[in-house]
Amino acid sequence: MEKKHLVLIGNGMAGVRVIEEILKLTPDAFHITIFGNEPYPNYNRIQLSNVLQGKTTVDEIFLNEWEWYRENNITLYTNEAVAKINPQLKTVVSSTGRIVAYDELIIATGSSSFILPVPGADKQGVTGFRDIQDCENMMEVARTHKKAVVIGGGLLGLEAARGLIDLGMDVHVVHLMPHLMERQLDETAAIMLKEELEAQGMKFLFEKQTSVILGDDRVTGLRFSDGTEIETDLVVMAVGIKPNTQLAKEAGINVNRGIVVNDLMETNTPNVYAVGECAEHREITYGMVAPLYEQGKVLAQRILGLEVSPYEGSVTGTQLKVSDVDLYSAGEIIDDKSTKAIKVHNEFEGIYKKILIRDNRVVGIVLYGDTKDSTKLFRMLVDKEDVSGKTSASILDSGCCGGGQADMSVDSMPDTEIVCGCNGVSKGTIVEAIQTKGLTTVDQVSSCTNAGRSCGRCKGIVGEILAYTLGDSFDATKANKKTLCGCTTLSRDEVVAEIKEKGMMSTKEVMNVLGWNNEEGCSKCRPALNYYLGMLHPEEYHDERDSRLVNEKMHANIQKDGTYSVVPRMYGGVTNAEDLKKIAEVTEKYNIPLVKLTGGQRIALLGVKKEDLTNVWEDLGMPSGYAYGKTLRTVKTCVGSQFCRYGTQDTMQLGIDLEKKFERLDTPHKFKMGVSGCPRNCAEAGIKDMGIVGIDGGFELYVGGNGGTDLRAGDLLCTLKTEEDVMDMISAYIQYYRETANYLERTSTWIERVGLEHVKEVLQNAEVRKELTAKLDRSLTRYTEPWNEALKNQQIREKYYKTEEFPEVLV
Amino acid sequence: MMGKIRGKVLVIDMPQTLTKVDVGNYQTLAHQAGKVIRLGEKEIVLFKLSTGEVKAVENKSPHPKGGTLADGLVSGSYVYCPLYDWKISLNDGKVQAPDEGQVKTYEVEVEDNRILLLI
Repeated sequence: MEKKHLVLIGNGMAGVRVIEEILKLTPDAFHITIFGNEPYPNYNRIQLSNVLQGKTTVDEIFLNEWEWYRENNITLYTNEAVAKINPQLKTVVSSTGRIVAYDELIIATGSSSFILPVPGADKQGVTGFRDIQDCENMMEVARTHKKAVVIGGGLLGLEAARGLIDLGMDVHVVHLMPHLMERQLDETAAIMLKEELEAQGMKFLFEKQTSVILGDDRVTGLRFSDGTEIETDLVVMAVGIKPNTQLAKEAGINVNRGIVVNDLMETNTPNVYAVGECAEHREITYGMVAPLYEQGKVLAQRILGLEVSPYEGSVTGTQLKVSDVDLYSAGEIIDDKSTKAIKVHNEFEGIYKKILIRDNRVVGIVLYGDTKDSTKLFRMLVDKEDVSGKTSASILDSGCCGGGQADMSVDSMPDTEIVCGCNGVSKGTIVEAIQTKGLTTVDQVSSCTNAGRSCGRCKGIVGEILAYTLGDSFDATKANKKTLCGCTTLSRDEVVAEIKEKGMMSTKEVMNVLGWNNEEGCSKCRPALNYYLGMLHPEEYHDERDSRLVNEKMHANIQKDGTYSVVPRMYGGVTNAEDLKKIAEVTEKYNIPLVKLTGGQRIALLGVKKEDLTNVWEDLGMPSGYAYGKTLRTVKTCVGSQFCRYGTQDTMQLGIDLEKKFERLDTPHKFKMGVSGCPRNCAEAGIKDMGIVGIDGGFELYVGGNGGTDLRAGDLLCTLKTEEDVMDMISAYIQYYRETANYLERTSTWIERVGLEHVKEVLQNAEVRKELTAKLDRSLTRYTEPWNEALKNQQIREKYYKTEEFPEVLV
Repeated sequence: MMGKIRGKVLVIDMPQTLTKVDVGNYQTLAHQAGKVIRLGEKEIVLFKLSTGEVKAVENKSPHPKGGTLADGLVSGSYVYCPLYDWKISLNDGKVQAPDEGQVKTYEVEVEDNRILLLI
């Protein structure tokens, strides 16, 4: 029989979710065609504010890669909108004139930013905040301009505003109402939010109505209805969204605010369905992800002709994705005569909680500053649980003190119910994973099912499901503990203490004695254990090369195509004619495609084939620059007093000496240094793990700086007189970091965790310093130059670097 | 004596489909690290597990961005993709949840200390 043809208009989260559900239930039911008017595969629109805030990148928010469409034989037309639906002929016509016939048609066209109909709204520099293009526009403007205005003090507006602040802009939020997020927050919470955001640098203009957008081609400012004006280079409209219904309307499909659907997501036109933000169900259009997924599930079953429980609408909760703001709201927010409220307002700690109760049932939740009860309260609200027997404390308490008693609501929750809205993970999936894979911690559940991996709000309920599923064997402190990895229930500190106490000497022994649930560990614990063992027993421990991750195992950086980069050591960033000649010759001889200077003042040869690595090292005859390791990377230097007229110290030589002393040392994460000869700081010592700045008569030591992911300026640790003092202090500091940091914790996060004052105090004590430097010196004796070792040792070459070639086999 | 020549076709095992190829000495194959075998254009990687079993998979990560598998960390009968840390079963090539995908696997036999790859 010929397969039926299913056409989806809209390549977004709601529509593609329906396709995923269909494929899961009956993989071969349809020929599927998808039209999307954006040039991308399906992406996670909720994460756009994180893209803008720089927490993630566009590439990382794709939910389905191109490959997925190919694997499932889906015909995908991107950058191609549907221009017309013809329900009589059962065809759609695209913007390029392509005509596709359908048996079933899903409209999932989503919504657009509502653009205020004021004069000037079409000027350059005026944008909505709805898709990747909007995001990129804003980032582009932020590169060249300074001032931004966001119109709308709701969820989307505040997330956009925070993103623009992170992009370095001066941001005003213009709001028509006297308070922020008035649909989700009451006055008290709104004021707390406003104060926090002001502290983050956001400025507000309340009760202002925009009347004109000023400027010639480009926006230059806004005028409000009261006659006042503000200058700006960018206007972001975040006053609301409107469902995209034009296409449906023109086809004669019933449209109100959205495309009207019944409980089976059917429109009034046969074989045409609508889902997501463009659909209106029982007079409600939804803009949250969870309802879209619920609708998707129902629609998939309906289209496949399976038995289906109708969609009856969703109750949704709101949270704001802005750093340092913990906020949650659901249901009603304003007290009235028929409601009774439980309120907690702790001004000192900045916590506010309000639970509205009507007829003994929770009907509204507003939480600010502490949202850990949100999942449980939301469940009570959705389930309309009778709370007449409860005290206010038992309603608000998240149940952590009750010995991990499972909440009754988990018991009554159907298996199909979505627990993690971000990733669409149901209770049934979680229970099954716990039972079949023997999971005991929330972290394990997250890594197996994705639940709790995105916004993390459902972690509380995941914990409850864990408690409920495991029954008596559930251990609450264990379940919520930050374990070393999914293979163990022990934390980093407990593992390190056990290694010390029992004198364990191999990763295998640790995993065996401490009851790992994976006999040979995983890619998280094996490298960590190898580090801890080497740090604790520098003289006795045999390093396990096979427990190191690829770069440290191969002593080269793997590139995305499986080739490697080679960075030879150049102490202090200083080279000479002989080394440069060798690098040039090697580059030619091995056809190395790219030679590049690195950020740390070194020369990198990129795209070296694995089987050429050892030959390249041999021809270079230089030591490894360790550009790949959790170790001392580079010491960046300026020329200092040897050549520079401003130089106060011979910092170039000091940099060389430091690099020679500490090279190859294993540290919890990479460790970078910079040495500048004067406070002009050409070696950027202020953003290094250890930065040294020469001054008249001495040196300043800056610590915890970071120029990468967690941009952080270093803190002044101390000022010292001689180079010898500098060496000693740095030794002690590094050793203290080695002993107390978690594996893969940079100094910038470590110093914030343990506290600068604490570290200063430890290092002030001369006895302690001596002990630390002695241990460090012992550790430094462990190492040999790895490239040379590979050249001398045939076994290493055979095992790690050799590829066996055979002629093509003819069958 | 044909049977001992490396890289040569030894036996036609099943009608027109599988061929056994001698790809090396079992004893000297190192544990816990991937050994890349290049057969013309094709790259296959051998893993000798701690149990002594030898597994063979295509040297190509099932991650949409691609990459190789040979230098990944081996644990039990799994290898972790060195570029994106996906956990992949060496028994059936399946990527473990929450990620999805599969890498091509090959049958391996060990006879008289020789590793025979069925392709």
